[in-house]
Amino acid sequence: MTTVFSSSEAAAAAHLAEAKLAEEPSAPQGGAPQRERTTTARPTAADTKVTRGQVDITNVRKSFGATEVLKGVSLSVRPGGVAVIVGPSGSGKSTLLRTINHLEKVDGGYITIDGELVGYEVRGNKLHELREKDILKQRTNIGMVFQSFNLFPHLTALENVIEAPIVAQKRSKAEARKRGLELLDRVGLKDRADAYPRQLSGGQQQRVAIARALALDPKILLFDEPTSALDPELVNEVLDVIRELAKSGTTLIIVTHEMGFARDVADTVVFMDQGQIVESGTPQDIFANPREERTRSFFSKVIEPAFNI
Amino acid sequence: MSAIAPPATADTAPPTPDYSEYKLVPARHPWRWVGTVLVAAGVAAIAWSLVTNPRWEWGVVAEWFTAQSVVNGLIETLKLTAISGVLGFVLGFILALMRLSASPLLVSVSWTFSWIFRSTPLLVQLLLWYNLGYLYEKISLGIPFTDVRFFEAQTTTLISQFAAAVLGLTLNQAAYSAEIIRGGILSVDQGQLEAASALGIPAWKRSTRIVLPQAMRAILPNAFNEIIGLVKGTSIVYVLAYSELFYTVQVIYNRTQQVLPLLLVATLWYVVITSVLSVFQYYIERHFSKGALRTLPLTPLQKARKFFTTHVAATPTKETR
Repeated sequence: MTTVFSSSEAAAAAHLAEAKLAEEPSAPQGGAPQRERTTTARPTAADTKVTRGQVDITNVRKSFGATEVLKGVSLSVRPGGVAVIVGPSGSGKSTLLRTINHLEKVDGGYITIDGELVGYEVRGNKLHELREKDILKQRTNIGMVFQSFNLFPHLTALENVIEAPIVAQKRSKAEARKRGLELLDRVGLKDRADAYPRQLSGGQQQRVAIARALALDPKILLFDEPTSALDPELVNEVLDVIRELAKSGTTLIIVTHEMGFARDVADTVVFMDQGQIVESGTPQDIFANPREERTRSFFSKVIEPAFNI
Repeated sequence: MSAIAPPATADTAPPTPDYSEYKLVPARHPWRWVGTVLVAAGVAAIAWSLVTNPRWEWGVVAEWFTAQSVVNGLIETLKLTAISGVLGFVLGFILALMRLSASPLLVSVSWTFSWIFRSTPLLVQLLLWYNLGYLYEKISLGIPFTDVRFFEAQTTTLISQFAAAVLGLTLNQAAYSAEIIRGGILSVDQGQLEAASALGIPAWKRSTRIVLPQAMRAILPNAFNEIIGLVKGTSIVYVLAYSELFYTVQVIYNRTQQVLPLLLVATLWYVVITSVLSVFQYYIERHFSKGALRTLPLTPLQKARKFFTTHVAATPTKETR
C-alpha cells in the first residue's frame, strides 16, 4: 500500500493525546434546551492547527412511526477528533450518523457544525428547514461512506470521485481529474482509476468510496459501518486507510463493529443502546473500565476472550 | 464448533487412481441435432412455398416496393414515429418524475394522465383530436374571464391531419412510456440516490446523471418494444386519411385490386424498419451496460471477425499481429 498523507506532526500528536470528558459544549444560538448528556473531547494544545470540523449534537430525537430510535442524544466531537460509535444493532447508531448530514431529518433537537446549524436556519424564535439547495451546499462539507459502498456502477473509479466536485462544486474537469487521481493514489488505487466498480474487490470499492467522499474536501467524514459488507481479509485494507485519515486532521465519526479498530483509532468511544448514549469516553475508559452494566454486558458478548486492552 | 471431525488418515482412505493421462470428452446432445433438422425442414418448406406459389405475385411487390408514392408514405411513417416517439418519451420522462415526486398534486396529475390515455382506444383519441373543432370552435390564449387575447385561431386550421396524428400518438405514447421509465427508475437502488445527495449533487443532476443512466438498462428493452409497436401503430392514422405507408398502399390496391401483394409491400417495409431498430437496440443496450458487466460480450461483428481470423485465416505462428 502506498498511502501518502500530508499529516502534520501536530495532528498526529492530537490523535494520540489523552481525550477527556467535559461538560462544556459550545453554546449554540437561541437558548440552549435541556441536555441529557454531553461529552466533549477537550482540545489540547497540540491541535490548535485544526480549527474546523467541530460537531455538536444536542438532544436529538427521531422516530420512525411509533418507534423512537433516538431518544435525545447529545454528543460533541472536537475539530480533528475521532469519535467511534459502537452498540448493538437497532441502537440508533446509523440513524444518528445520518442526521449529521441531514439525510435523516430530526424530530427534535439540533446539530451544529462549527456553530452553523445543519439543515435549519433561525428565523425569529423558530428553526426553519433550509431549502434543498442550501442543504446540498452544507453536505459538501460532510463526506459520507456507506456500508454498501454505493459507488455509481456506470461510472469508473475516477469518474465516481470527480462527479461531485464537477457537478456540485462546479470545478473544472481538468482540476477535478488531477485531484481525483491524487486521492485515488492516496487510497492506493491510482492504477485502477479506469476500472468500473464491478471490476473491483469490495475493499477496493470501499477505498474508492472513501476517495469520493474526500474529493469535496469535507471538514467531517462520516463512516456508516464501512467494513461490515467486506470479506474478513479485506477489512484491514479499508481500516488502514481510515487510520491514516484519523491523523490528517479531518473530524471522523465512525459507526463500526470492529472493536480492535475502535480501540486503536478513536479518541472518544461512544456506546449507544436503545436510542441513547449509555456512556462515552476514551477507549481505555470504555473498553477496560466501563461504568455501566449494559456496556459491560455488550462488550462481553462482542469482544473475544483473547482481546485485551 | 466443538464437533470437528478428525482428519482422514492416509491409511484408511482408498488410494485415488491417477487419471492425469485420460482425455476429456464433452457430453453429446443427439436430440439437439434431431430438433435442428426438423426446424430446418419446416423453414425450407415455408421458403419453398413463398417462392413457388405464383399468387404471392412477387413481381407486383417488386414493382411497388420502391415506387415514389410508397416511399413518400414510408417517409411519413418514419416522420410520425420519430416525432411521436421522441415527444412521447420526453413527456413520459417528465410524467414519471412527477409520479415519483413528493408532491401529491404532481403524483395525481401524472396518474390521471396515464389513466385516461391508457384506458381509451387510440383510435378514439385520434378521431377526438381531429374533430376538436366541433367541440371548441376557436383556440385562444389570453387571460381567463377577461377579453384580453394574445392569440386566437380557428381550431380546424390548427389541427391538421398531421397535428391530430402527432398529438394522438404522442400523448398515448407518453402514458405508456411514463410507466416504463418509472419502472426503470424504481429498479435503481435507493442507495444511489442517497450517496448522490450526500455528495451534494442537485436533484435534477441526480436524476439525469446518476439514476437515468442506470435505469436505462431496465428501460431500453421495453422502450424499443414501444418504438417498434409505434412504427406499426402509426398505421392506425389511416382513419384520418393521412398518407403514411399503410394508407398509401390501401389507396393503391383500391385502384389496382392487387390487395395481397401491396399489403406485402407495406409489411416488408415494416420488417425492414424493425430490423434496423433492433440493430440500434443491440448497440444502445450495449452502451448502457458498461459497468454492469465485468466484461462486455463480443458483438456479432466482432465474433465474425474473430472467427475469420482464428479459423479461416489461421496461420500456425501468431507472432505477427
